[in-house]
This record gives sequence, C-alpha cells and structure tokens, in this order.
Amino acid sequence: MAFTPLKETYPGKVYTVEIGKGEKAVTFAGENVLPFHTFEGASPNRPVIAYEIQDMPPDEWPDTVRKPYSGISSDPVSWARFCQDSLGAKVIALRLVSTHPDRLDRSPDEAAKTVSDVLAAIDIPLIILGSNHAEKDASVLVAAAGAAKDSNCIIGKAQEANYKTIAAAAMANNHKLIAMSELDINLSKQLNILITQMGFEKDRLIIDPMCSALGYGLEYTYSVMERIRLAALAQNDATMQQPILGDIGMYVWKVKEAQAVETSVSGWGALEERGISWEAVTAASMLIAGAELLIMWHPEAVQKVESLIDELY
Amino acid sequence: MLIIGEKLSIIAKRVREAMMKRDKAPIQEIAVSQWKSGAGMIDANIGPAEDNGESLMEWMVKTIQEAVPLPVCLDTTNYRAIEAGLKIHNDEWGRPLINSTSNDPERFPMLELASKHSVQIIGLTVGKGGLPADAEERAGIAAEIMARAMEYGMPLEDLFLDPLVLQISTSQDHALKVIKAVKMFQELNDPPMKTVVGLSNVSNGCPKPLRPILNNYYLTLLMYDGLTAVIADPHDVAATVKTVDVILGRTLYAHSYLEM
Repeated sequence: MAFTPLKETYPGKVYTVEIGKGEKAVTFAGENVLPFHTFEGASPNRPVIAYEIQDMPPDEWPDTVRKPYSGISSDPVSWARFCQDSLGAKVIALRLVSTHPDRLDRSPDEAAKTVSDVLAAIDIPLIILGSNHAEKDASVLVAAAGAAKDSNCIIGKAQEANYKTIAAAAMANNHKLIAMSELDINLSKQLNILITQMGFEKDRLIIDPMCSALGYGLEYTYSVMERIRLAALAQNDATMQQPILGDIGMYVWKVKEAQAVETSVSGWGALEERGISWEAVTAASMLIAGAELLIMWHPEAVQKVESLIDELY
Repeated sequence: MLIIGEKLSIIAKRVREAMMKRDKAPIQEIAVSQWKSGAGMIDANIGPAEDNGESLMEWMVKTIQEAVPLPVCLDTTNYRAIEAGLKIHNDEWGRPLINSTSNDPERFPMLELASKHSVQIIGLTVGKGGLPADAEERAGIAAEIMARAMEYGMPLEDLFLDPLVLQISTSQDHALKVIKAVKMFQELNDPPMKTVVGLSNVSNGCPKPLRPILNNYYLTLLMYDGLTAVIADPHDVAATVKTVDVILGRTLYAHSYLEM
C-alpha cells in the first residue's frame, strides 16, 4: 500500500493583506498552515521583504551595511529609488528616525513632506515607521498617514501608549497598521483587541511582537511568533490571525557580531560576511517562526533570504 | 466550547406567542442577543408541533438566520418539521444539528434523517423504558446509538452524545453520574465522541437565585471532564465558558478575554 503522509489541518486562517496600489501592489499571508507547510493546505502568498530606508543619513549604521547605499543614502528619495530600481525592492520601509527628540527632533510636517516626496518617487508599496518614541510618533504618524492618504501604506508602530491616535489616523486615511507589543503574547492579543474595539478592522492589522537578533533573545521572539501562529491556526483565534512582522535590521546591525572588526575578535571570520549572515539567519528564523513580512537592511542578506524562500516555498 | 442558545423555546410565553403570530421581531431579538452573548448555534424548540410543524420550523430557521450568522439546532419530535428545517437551513455558518435521536425506536428515523442530509445530531442516551440508572447504563445506550449511526453510514464525528442531565433537587446522585458518563462517552471512540448537555435542567425546580450558581459550577466540572457543547442560556454561562476555556488553555489569555 502506498504511503500517505499525515496532513495536519487547522480550523483557522491568517488574514491576507494587500498593500500599495496598482500593478506593484503586494499581497502577503493568507495561509491556513504553518510556515512553508505548503503541502498541507493553502499558502497563497510568499513572505515579503521590505528594504528599510531612513529620513536622514544612516550615520549610526555600521560600515558593512552603509556601504551598499553610499552616495545615495543622504536623501530618502534617491535611497528609495535605488532600492526600487537597482535592488528590485518589492516594498520599502521608510523609518522617520530624524523625528526622534534625541536625534533631529524634526516636526510632523517635515516628516509628512518626506513621506510625500518618497511616495512620489516610487510606485511600490511603502511602510511608514516612526522613530519608536511613543509620544512623538503619535503626532508624526498622524501627519505621515495624512500625507500618504489612500496610498494603502502600512503605518507603524502603534503601541499601548499611543495606539488610539495612530489607529484613528490609519483608519481615516485607509492604511494598514502595525500593532507592537514587547515580547508578550497576551499583551499582543490585548492590544489587537483594543485597536479593533475602536472600530479598526481586524484584517487591516499587522502584529509586531518585537524582534530580536540571533544571540540576543531571538528565541523569545521565535516562541512568541510561533504561539501567535498556533493560536491563529489551531485555536482559530481571530485576534491573532493577522500577519506577523519581523523588523530585523534594526536589531541585527547593532549587535557585536555584526560590528566587531576581525582584528579584535579572532576566529569570528570576515566582518562583512559575518554581518550579512547574521541578518540572513535572524530573518530566516523569523520566517520559520511565522513572520510573513520582514524589514531588512543589507541587500545581500535580502538576497540570501529570498533564495531560501525560493527553495522552501 | 460550543454554546447552543436555548432561549428560543416554545415553553417561553413570549416565544410561543411570537411563533403563533409569526412575529419575527421577538424571535430575532432573542437570537441576536444570544449570538452577541457568545452562542455559536441557536436552538429552535418548537415542541411536538403536530400541526403545521413543517411551516413553523421553516419559518423559525429562516427568521433566525436572517438575523444571526449561525447554524440552527432543530429541536422537535416532529420528523417532518426537522426535514423541512434542514432543507431551508443555510450552511454558510456551519451545519445544522438535529435535537434529537435516542435509543427509543420512535426516534430512530431522526438518525436516518441526519445521515441522509449529512448533518449533525444529538443522541440522547435514554431508551424506551425509564431513565438510565448510572453512567455505565448511559454508556451502554451510547454504544447502541453509535452502532446504529454506523449502520446508517453516518460519521461518528457528527454525533453528540447527551447523558441527560437530571434535576439536582430530585436526583442529586445523578449529577456525578452524568459527569462520569461524559468521560466514558469520550472513551468510546478515537477521536473521542462529542458530548452535549441540556445544562439548565440541573437547576430545574430550584429557587431562582440558585439557578445560575448551580448551572455555572456544574458546567465548570463538565467542561473540565471534556464536555464539547452545552445547551444553555448564553447570558448565564458565557463568562464560565470563556474563563474555563482560558484556564484549560484552549483560548489565549488577554485582559479583555471576557469581551471577545
């Protein structure tokens, strides 16, 4: 008798999310199986990787990851174009770091102008991120969401402290929204409930359970993501059926392994290769844990993860 | 845990009058209120319905499903009324449930009907004679109903075994026997058999203030031993169901879990 592999099926399904407009719109998630278990059910869309750009020169980035963007990263518009036209980015994530009070403390209006300029320069979908300063983000992201009205962007990140204003702005301007909590599945569920109780549609949310880098708590993120997916699929929990975001770059490129030069850490291998691998391995782990959307920094790391997806998907 | 809302019963005066007058508003209001309180299915109890049972059940199913996106539990001893209800039932939100068959030959046709229409059915573990004496007798009857279901070619997943909850005020010893039966039923098959109870019967005949207390504590014990579904007033039991589901790890905890 022929061998029939047992198929694991689930009552739940992850919401499908579409971002952007027209031909370049991107769709992700929508599966009713665990990551890459395409042989067990429906997994209609492959995971998507967004290239991160910033609204000020990335002076704090290590050399390895500044190098691919040298000459164009002083201006978010040329940076965005480069990602789209030269690197073949499918999505861009614009982080408005300059608005942080400890950086340049730029105003919401300035941020809105940057958003408009970048949107005018690209035709692929845009993710608009604040500086992760809960109070400032509330005003910056409201202005940014307005500037991008009807462009079907993702706005983020709404947290417990500021979700009301940011969710209202995302709703009023027809965007998707990232709901971020800090490595706590119960708080993640709670935040999703609170946001949807405001009238925000649950299929327009994206969960950011907070990322971390390989060697720096990755297993916590992995476990939270995995449990979110199991709650969505096995328990059919509609408050956990949103796609998951892995915001990789910002966590990976600040760790020692991605920065320490060869002369100071003998035996760790070539710095450039090490940094790129660190980002790729972290990203791959998040995909296997359940993330459907990644934000990454280094083009070569992105390529490595895309090839992995080619093989697994 | 599935809550089957019991409030649309001909025993209630308001419901009976609405049924007789074919007045949709009260029926739909009660259906919506049960749905919002956490019911996953609505029981439509039209009684024996010897006259016009078919048109009444049709009207009930249509009226309920116009108002709530839920399947209906068709509750009557009138075989033809059940079939009429099945024919009109919208399966978009789940398959209907027949309430019920038993080991009484008069109720066998219900099982045949469930098999013919590929719907779910409650198997009440009583026979033609008196009430079952204990859990073992209930399990014996359950096995007979299961065997009959298999003869009719019905998947056992579509059968919900009901051990018959009795009044605690008159049959106190049966409270534990029913819990034991729920455990035994599950062992009759792999995957375990589904189980259901008509909960509020436990407190039937008790003073009104005691009834929700008895219902909810009893339900907690039944859920702990694996009960699949409960026919009850969702307003009465929703908090218990949600809380026990959280404690048993079936639902992920969040501060607002009671609001979901």
